[in-house]
Amino acid sequence: MTEMTYRQALHDTLRAEMLRDDAVVLLGEEIGIFEGSYKITAGMLTEFGDQRVIDTPIAEEGFTGAAVGMAMLGLRPVVEIMTLNFTLLAIDQIVNHGAKIFGMFGGQTSVPMVIRTPGGGGQQLAATHSQNLEVWYAHVPGLKVVAPSNPADAKALLTASIRDDDPVLFLENLSLYNTKGEVPDGEQVGEIGRAAIAREGSDITVISYSRATLIALEVARQFESEGVSVEVVDLRSLRPLDRETVCASVRKTTRAVVLEDDWLTYGVGAEIAATIQEGAFDRLDAPVRRVAAAEVPLPYAKPLENAALPTAQDLTKVVGEVLDATRFTR
Amino acid sequence: MASRTKGKADSGFAPPDLRAEPPATLRDYYRQMTLIRAFELRANEMYRRAKIGGYCHLNLGEEATVVGLMSALEKRDYLFTTYRDHGYALARGLAPGAVMAELFGKSTGVSKGLGGSMHLFDAKARMLGGYGIVGGQIPPATGAAKALTYRGDPGPDAEAVMCLLGDGTTNIGAFHESLNLAAIWHLPIVYVIVNNRLGMGTTVERASAEPELFKRGCSYRMPGERVDGDDPVAVREAARAALTRARTERQPSLLETMSYRLKGHSVVDPATYRSREESQRVRDLDPLPAFRSRLIEAGVLDDDDAKALEEEAEQQVAEAVDFADKSPDPQVKDLFNYAYATDVANASRRLPAEPVFPVADDSTGGAS
Repeated sequence: MTEMTYRQALHDTLRAEMLRDDAVVLLGEEIGIFEGSYKITAGMLTEFGDQRVIDTPIAEEGFTGAAVGMAMLGLRPVVEIMTLNFTLLAIDQIVNHGAKIFGMFGGQTSVPMVIRTPGGGGQQLAATHSQNLEVWYAHVPGLKVVAPSNPADAKALLTASIRDDDPVLFLENLSLYNTKGEVPDGEQVGEIGRAAIAREGSDITVISYSRATLIALEVARQFESEGVSVEVVDLRSLRPLDRETVCASVRKTTRAVVLEDDWLTYGVGAEIAATIQEGAFDRLDAPVRRVAAAEVPLPYAKPLENAALPTAQDLTKVVGEVLDATRFTR
Repeated sequence: MASRTKGKADSGFAPPDLRAEPPATLRDYYRQMTLIRAFELRANEMYRRAKIGGYCHLNLGEEATVVGLMSALEKRDYLFTTYRDHGYALARGLAPGAVMAELFGKSTGVSKGLGGSMHLFDAKARMLGGYGIVGGQIPPATGAAKALTYRGDPGPDAEAVMCLLGDGTTNIGAFHESLNLAAIWHLPIVYVIVNNRLGMGTTVERASAEPELFKRGCSYRMPGERVDGDDPVAVREAARAALTRARTERQPSLLETMSYRLKGHSVVDPATYRSREESQRVRDLDPLPAFRSRLIEAGVLDDDDAKALEEEAEQQVAEAVDFADKSPDPQVKDLFNYAYATDVANASRRLPAEPVFPVADDSTGGAS
């Protein structure tokens, strides 16, 4: 075990996979000479050269689609898109091409590529640079979407994503890059499509992913001092979705709250709530609640940005309300 | 930047001298053109008989272009096409029966019946897809050319990519982004604009500020050339020169072939946007009878030879229809077989009316 930041875990994993397999190539804006907007690719150009670490022009559709074609011919491109917001410029290539080519052509060619991109708000970057649009991609068969919340999972799931033969959207988060955690040494290959019980509990389940999982864990620790045992399910994979782990937890605790950074309507929480009503309805003691972003283009001004994004306080309040509604005695 | 603008009064192109070509080659071009013509006419008929669903775009009128381009492309090269792809599949050597079976949505189709008319694919033939989204093939084709640069050095035997697109496609962003990438990355690729003068019902002049589309390569310092798409030899020569540049210099090119669509955009389009005179003019320019006459004039074929090739094509297409008709439908049990290339936990295999959790367990109240 080594303690390191989420950023370091990503960097070290990319490097290890580059060393392991010559077919792995990186491409994206400013990943080479500039060493990456968030320095995930620091030192890579020097070590691997410009055939393996490819600086691209500002042309998301062009270079993401080029990665699709590179993958079709046997390379394993890892694309960095500077933020999730900019993936919208490449969405035709991701959704209509990357996600379709294996199935639509009868399995004749796979598209082993990874798109790494950070989502998330809270940095005063205003409306166009603060979105959580992962559910757009999680909606699409043919794609896999993972959203690790900690450095160890970042390592294991990035390794799995690079070795996977399907296109994987690997969701990062601006506010996770500097978070630290223990990371197992040596090769770690995670399993896409599996949620984790990030913290065991017996009274209520909080379901979340990516940055929100850290908030959920923080709130769970607070409730422990009040004698409330909160179980935290970290989805880790948004497509496929591990419905069984979610429902098994809720069947045990009988109460569920979803914490998500995306907008509520049609969001990840909507899918989780529907899953719970189908998979744990008769064990549920209260309606599933969702703590999600306010439905506005995110404002720049700090007080408004704070108000619009889900916080630990918001989750604490909603967990308390669900406990009270079910006459849970603290 | 060279444009062949002199010569033949009608199209403005000087036709190459057919006497310089081996007669067997020319005869084979005519054979392929008649096969594509017969196939497309029969596809049209099969669509009307509801054997073919969805969209169905035909290469009628573009046979010379198709055969010229595919003659220039070597087996080792890769092809990305538009959704108007039947002729290219045939000329690339895909079995007519397997192509027709794909149109019929049968499991014996080139894409196992999962793609249909717009999405013909054959990994072995290095035909890496017809693409239904306008211009969707351009970035992947560009990336495929990038991948080739990892395989070996430039040279006469190097592999290259040919990426086809329509005239309307030159206005999308992906076209420009891709040409720019190909130029700065020095990729072995030839982009071919198959200009049939109409994007659905919109003329090139109404859609494109620079209607001489091959000139759009100038922005990327890319050689551009316009050729007579009604002449397979002229098309082949231009394509071959561009492919040679791609192989030996990794210099991408933009080729523009000029032809006409004989019919509407797709099978269901009556092309009412064309005047009666324009429709007649297009019919008069039909490259098939024109090439036939030239071959007879040049002494390559006589009328009987031509008829024999036409009958042979009819026979092949009849067999293709028969094969497609008798082929089995894909099985519903195989619906999820190609959802993912790498198996993954918790992948959905649910049909519309099935529950998310198929097995109810009374003791735990639902999922298992």
